[in-house]
Amino acid sequence: MEVTMSVNGDDVSQEIEPRTLLVHFIRDHLGLTGTHWGCDTSNCGTCVVWVDDEPVKSCTTLAAMASGHDVRTVEGMEVDGVLDPVQEGFIQCHGLQCGFCTPGMMLTARALLDRNPDPTDGEIREAISGQICRCTGYSTIVRSIQWAAAKERETPVEVGAS
Amino acid sequence: MTITEPGTQSAEDNTNAVPTPTDNLNDHKPNGFGRMLRKEDPRLVRGRGQFCDDVQVPGMLHLAILRSPMAHARIVSIDKSAAEAHPKVKAVVTGADLAEHNLAWMPTLSNDVQAVLATDKVRFQHQEVAFVVAEDRYSARDALELIDVEYEWLDPVIDVRQALAPDAPVIRDDLEGKTDNHCFDWEAGSKDDTEAVFADARENGIVVTEDIVYPRVHPAPMETCGCVADLDPVSGKLTLWSTTQAPHAHRTVYALVAGLPEHKIRIIAPDIGGGFGNKVPIYPGYVCSIVASLLIGKPVKWMEDRTENLVSTGFARDYIMRGEIAATKEGKIRAIRTEVLADHGAFNGTAAPVKYPAGFFGVFTGSYDIEAAYAHMSAVYTNKAPGGVAYACSFRITEAVYLVERMVDVLAYDLEMDPAELRLQNFIQPEQFPYESKTGWVYDSGDYEPTMRKALDMAGYAELRAEQEEKRSRGELMGIGISFFTEAVGAGPRKDMDILGLGMADGCELRVHPTGKAVVRLSVKTQGQGHETTFAQIIAQEIGIPPDDIDVVHGDTDNTPFGLGTYGSRSTPVSGAAAALVARKVRDKAQIIASGMLEASVADLEYEAGTFRVKGDPEQSVTIQDIAMRAHGAGDLPEGIEGGLEAQICYNPENLTYPFGAYICVVDVDPGTAEVKVRRFVAVDDCGTQINPMIVEGQVHGGLADGVGMALMEMISFDEEGNCLAGSLMDYLIPTAMEVPDWETGHTVTPSPHHPIGAKGIGESATVGSPPAIVNAVVDALKPYGIRHADMPLTPSRVWEAMQGNHTPPI
Ligand code: FES
Ligand code: FES
Repeated sequence: MEVTMSVNGDDVSQEIEPRTLLVHFIRDHLGLTGTHWGCDTSNCGTCVVWVDDEPVKSCTTLAAMASGHDVRTVEGMEVDGVLDPVQEGFIQCHGLQCGFCTPGMMLTARALLDRNPDPTDGEIREAISGQICRCTGYSTIVRSIQWAAAKERETPVEVGAS
Repeated sequence: MTITEPGTQSAEDNTNAVPTPTDNLNDHKPNGFGRMLRKEDPRLVRGRGQFCDDVQVPGMLHLAILRSPMAHARIVSIDKSAAEAHPKVKAVVTGADLAEHNLAWMPTLSNDVQAVLATDKVRFQHQEVAFVVAEDRYSARDALELIDVEYEWLDPVIDVRQALAPDAPVIRDDLEGKTDNHCFDWEAGSKDDTEAVFADARENGIVVTEDIVYPRVHPAPMETCGCVADLDPVSGKLTLWSTTQAPHAHRTVYALVAGLPEHKIRIIAPDIGGGFGNKVPIYPGYVCSIVASLLIGKPVKWMEDRTENLVSTGFARDYIMRGEIAATKEGKIRAIRTEVLADHGAFNGTAAPVKYPAGFFGVFTGSYDIEAAYAHMSAVYTNKAPGGVAYACSFRITEAVYLVERMVDVLAYDLEMDPAELRLQNFIQPEQFPYESKTGWVYDSGDYEPTMRKALDMAGYAELRAEQEEKRSRGELMGIGISFFTEAVGAGPRKDMDILGLGMADGCELRVHPTGKAVVRLSVKTQGQGHETTFAQIIAQEIGIPPDDIDVVHGDTDNTPFGLGTYGSRSTPVSGAAAALVARKVRDKAQIIASGMLEASVADLEYEAGTFRVKGDPEQSVTIQDIAMRAHGAGDLPEGIEGGLEAQICYNPENLTYPFGAYICVVDVDPGTAEVKVRRFVAVDDCGTQINPMIVEGQVHGGLADGVGMALMEMISFDEEGNCLAGSLMDYLIPTAMEVPDWETGHTVTPSPHHPIGAKGIGESATVGSPPAIVNAVVDALKPYGIRHADMPLTPSRVWEAMQGNHTPPI
């Protein structure tokens, strides 16, 4: 079957097997390998991407379900050479070690901050609770997201433009 | 923070060094040690890392593995014709096919053998039985369904306590003359001396005994294991991109297993999505991929799914321990004794130095100065996945520390003493270092009391105890748990330590380019620990070239010197020492060249932060960058000095390093649901000199979360038929951000006297040290129920059973 979608603003259209998972479509067909895969049961969240501004687990989404929608991956977070404050926060606060969970964590964080620019630590923890990081113990991830929130409060960025 | 000599590092905490957007920490670039942002992050936050599954090679095929549904069964027949007929399938290979090439079995890192694909029988559920190579990953998996295997059921050995029963089925009948399931026996310390102390203590003091289980757990890195094997049919050269923590050791093992000449093997460990020990062993999937590429003449990719990772790759722990302490009635610990039954699964796949089949469990005497100690261990085979050393355990020190720290609390319970006081009065004293333990380990340095006191202060220990008393009077269950651990890391001196005959040393090569930039090549491999940053900092500290001007190359056997890799917290103790010493070697040469440039004698020069100056005439100076250009330039060099500015060394550590720490955990247990909430966790670590405190803190945080997982949630369990019940992340629970608190960390600095920069290693301290603190806290919370011990994982149902007086071991 043919699927057509916008991925990080680029229109793509490809012939695929109907059973193709969105994660495999993004990684293997489009070559965007920043989105990862880490489990068989929708538990780990290393595969999180956005479909129309909503973080979804791309391992549990058929590529066909994303057809006709806007998909955004970690590769689309940096715009015109400027990192999203969330990406910057992860660097500043040591929010990553191996970096495998990081793309999914950052996309969830971005979605949280778009809805709630001043989250509590507890709200951040809840937002990322569908995702697992085996390296950081989470405190530095919470700090990273708080760093981004603080930065955006100081220099408001246009929501969705980052 | 900049430091030049071990021992001068500031001990101030970095707990509160949380940057704000107005700090310009990006500009904070120490020319050496100190907080520095990581060089690997810019690519990783852009999704531009390259992990194994990201590797795409033209013409690449996909491999999938068929696994046994049974734990113990004879293979009667395999019909692969339907799979072979699948239009997208290129090959279907069974154990019998491999046997024709003498490749059906491979050595493990413990001098045992393991089946690559089962030939005679399967020995654990999910053992590898056949593989399919197909054009794409979905088709490869489809074709697995088409392979028809007939099995004949054999009774499995699942209960480890029954493994040595005379009528137990023999699992390893592949080993000639094997008539039981015995794997090995091991002992340490003096049995007689220890018994003498226990006999005396039974009369005049106190003896406490407890049965303690450390259940089977799994490292479960977020990236599973896999590889891409590309054997060039013309040159005969194999390139293997592989999830390996030890690329050089793997290269040599492949040369030995597959008979490939070693110079025709190149192992590339790309970015690794967490290792924790899981990526040390050689798994059948790697060997199958190499064989497939050899047979088909095309590159072949194999990536496990999560179930395969959990059910078949290196597990950890699985020790059943009886601990005993002999002490005086005043609480002076006199002797520690333990008897251990170790479950090694179907093959002994432990990755440990060969003379240490029980890893470094021998440090079970902990941080205490005692009169005698003895341990005896029996290791057995069972019908479970192989492994044994994995999951950030510093070669079994997790088990050792858990044993001793749990037992000290048991003693405190019986003596009705405060567990902090009891520890303080038994510590090895600073003047006793180097301290030889009763099991023969020489602790390099330590000063335990200040570390303990610091943790008690940070936690507000007295206030916590007051709060607990008040809560208890209201029926609330609050617990405070302490552990104090000493680790032995950085294996190791090659006279004692080797893996399959390979000495545990590590090489390092440094080249300074004409413009004063440099490349350093390492034998170790980061899996998230930040080597690209910290090794550049070590070089910077020694020769003054800024870390950003130093490229760190690692994870590619064609482009790095030989060494045994990253596990057992050995990168900083071994490879970090190699990096410091190779830089000093370059600095020595630079000084000779500088003497020519400054027309002064070598002895008249002094070095500071990348600049050589003439003593007494500081205006007369040259920088390392000036020297680099001169070393490669056309000008004269001092007599006998070759051009270039580079060096290579292989570092053989003279001893292990002994990091330590004091951990305090506060939990609340819901009396209605038995749910445990970790409210606070204070960790004060001493890993000697810190290269990058930000990374040190990160290493500690990660290990603390591991501790919460093991203590409260994680266990690889089996039913009585040997079905693994933890084959997904729905069944094998790993902490999320909701189950862990915000960590409170601090540190003290007691440098290692024998390490060139005084560093000791921090990668596994928290995984080793935190489980006893958490369990001690839960048991302390349950004190009103008269509970002295409860086994991990302390899930609500297991805690509830304990509260009802029905606590049973998890296995
Ligand atoms: S891959 Fe684990 S949730 Fe999607
Ligand atoms: S950084 Fe490794 S899993 Fe999160």
